[in-house]
Amino acid sequence: MGKQPAAIIGIGQTHHRAKREDVSMAGLCREAIDRALLDANLTLDDIDAIVVGKAPDLFEGVMMPELFLAEALGAAGKPLLRVHTAGSVGGSTAIVASSLVQAGVHKRVLTVAYEKQSESNAMWALSVPLPFNMPVHAGAGGYFAPHVRSYIRRSGAPNHIGAIVAAKDRNNALKNPYAHLHNEGTTVESVMASQMLWDPIRYDETCPSSDGACALVIVDEDTAKMSPNPAWIHGTVMRSEATTAAERDQVNPQAGRDAAAALWKQAGITSPIDEIDAAEIYVPFSWFEPMWLENLGFAAEGDGWKLTEAGETAMTGKIPVNCSGGVLSSNPIGASGMLRFGEAALQVRGAAGEHQVEGARKALGHAYGGGSQFFAMWVVGSEKPTN
Amino acid sequence: MSRTLQAPVTVAFDYTRSTGPVVGRFLSGLRDGVVVGGRTSAGQVVVPPLEFDPVTHEATTEFVEVSSVGTVTSWTWVPEPVKDQPFDRPFAFALVTLDGADVPFLHALDVASPADVTTGMRVRVRWAAERVGHINDIAGFEPLAPGEAEVAAPAAASDEPVTGVVTKVSLDYNYAASPEESLFYRGLNEGRIMGQRCPTCQKVYVPPRSACPADGTPTEEEVELSQTGTITTFCIVNVPFLGQKITPPYVSAYVLLDGADIAVLHLILGVPADEVRMGMRVKAVWKPKDEWAYSLENIDHFAPTGDPDAEFDTYKQHL
Repeated sequence: MGKQPAAIIGIGQTHHRAKREDVSMAGLCREAIDRALLDANLTLDDIDAIVVGKAPDLFEGVMMPELFLAEALGAAGKPLLRVHTAGSVGGSTAIVASSLVQAGVHKRVLTVAYEKQSESNAMWALSVPLPFNMPVHAGAGGYFAPHVRSYIRRSGAPNHIGAIVAAKDRNNALKNPYAHLHNEGTTVESVMASQMLWDPIRYDETCPSSDGACALVIVDEDTAKMSPNPAWIHGTVMRSEATTAAERDQVNPQAGRDAAAALWKQAGITSPIDEIDAAEIYVPFSWFEPMWLENLGFAAEGDGWKLTEAGETAMTGKIPVNCSGGVLSSNPIGASGMLRFGEAALQVRGAAGEHQVEGARKALGHAYGGGSQFFAMWVVGSEKPTN
Repeated sequence: MSRTLQAPVTVAFDYTRSTGPVVGRFLSGLRDGVVVGGRTSAGQVVVPPLEFDPVTHEATTEFVEVSSVGTVTSWTWVPEPVKDQPFDRPFAFALVTLDGADVPFLHALDVASPADVTTGMRVRVRWAAERVGHINDIAGFEPLAPGEAEVAAPAAASDEPVTGVVTKVSLDYNYAASPEESLFYRGLNEGRIMGQRCPTCQKVYVPPRSACPADGTPTEEEVELSQTGTITTFCIVNVPFLGQKITPPYVSAYVLLDGADIAVLHLILGVPADEVRMGMRVKAVWKPKDEWAYSLENIDHFAPTGDPDAEFDTYKQHL
């Protein structure tokens, strides 16, 4: 017996903000959960199992927060799993939840991912100096900036490509009421004029620090019949690789390439750029849009920036990327991957509101984490898969 | 000499917790000198109030003031208190069901010996001298003699609702370098940069790993590396952040030492930041010998050698 069909019938997210001081961690999760359940027309009593995800515990300083959250999440008397794969965790959490349905273990699974960055300081948490070592680490931006420089050198991309991405995503976010940043009037010029933080990454090319959560209700074929617009899962893939290894390609990581190839095969897709109508790709620093376009196979190596420059990743382009505003506009780290997966599902359900891509039938949700070391991705469609 | 080098490391942060409305109501009560419970859909009064009802899953909205006097339902003795526990002398942790509540509440009970505790004994809250909206506003419970009553709390300093608490977390670790890393750090203490070669793929790792990350083979052959290398890629850190050790702006660069197959991250000085280039040839500049320790910080920074830049083709596979 192969995989059972599974579909997303409920999607909920919080209004992402720098500081959600009005809610506790449990309250933040419940805000997303309650919206997802309302969307699915189900209650917590209808749920068989709960899968929760978040990024490193040091971000909130609570070891194993799933223990104290269990009751508030409605998990008493039910299986509760916690998933952790650094920044990609929102994506891998959704995949673990979907696998419980696809395996026939459960019929209705609720999954939620969150981060409450305002409880500490992620830059500090990612840069704790270790004895004997050189304290040159400077958060995620400091980690990724040299690899962005490598991409620019390898591809020969012009300097303003990152600014094109940032201006596009910030303007897309104006169409998303849940987005953290609503920066009116962002242009390529204004991004280029913003402060250089981790040269070559500018302030406006960087994701914000957000509090937020996302929840999905993933169900079996029978339950999906009650939804007018289920988003069917056509493929899910996770891959990881060593953080450091001699000659490891940090610009175009092998694990990402392998994951994408496996994903397209699983989803029966032969030409991603022609068959995917909308993509939600994990882009915390603007240059990662062209980098991941290549890694995912939407463009040949070295050509990703040409799609960006030609406007093909805009909402009206050939492959709209991050119509929601993406990670560049909201980054509750643990939830960011699930937001990509959920936004992809909203597109194929025709439920993305003002940032809907007209007639979207197949969409990609993507997340990465660690030092470009963990990858999680799925393809969802408006039609039940035939394979 | 121990095989491995070890050093203490402390990870500490004052976390800023948002309480949300329910826990905030409880903490506001403590600040005001009253214990507040929440009523569940089944009619039970729970202290502290649950954020969400265990049956209906709805947010708790009905709050009930309970007594600060109650009954011990279970307890355990703490003969050797540790740092940050409620008392620095032996005490009991007790589950106390306050009068008016239906379920017990955990806090410290201040008695001299386990002989002074019994299940069923009556106790009362001893309020802290200063109350700020924190669980420690209750200093602990104390035995209530027959005829004694609860102790009224002095007036509170504020009537603003409590919405947040600061939770100080501090973890002390003993950081242990692996034997291979210890070889590397000991080398640095002698002015040498040591790596190891993988017998399977022949790649030279610096710092050495206990096993090759690519094929898992244990690495044993020691290789002393050149003190000269090539900047493969870098960034200029302009952003200040909490805990930062080097004042920005500074150049953080991957330096591929001659003879190594993986770059090390280090600081570049001796050249204006905006003149640092991919391919630039650099050499290690050491601190004065009397400042050396078992640390990569013995190399103060890398500085340009003045030689022509390396060709892109010689290091492109390291990006």
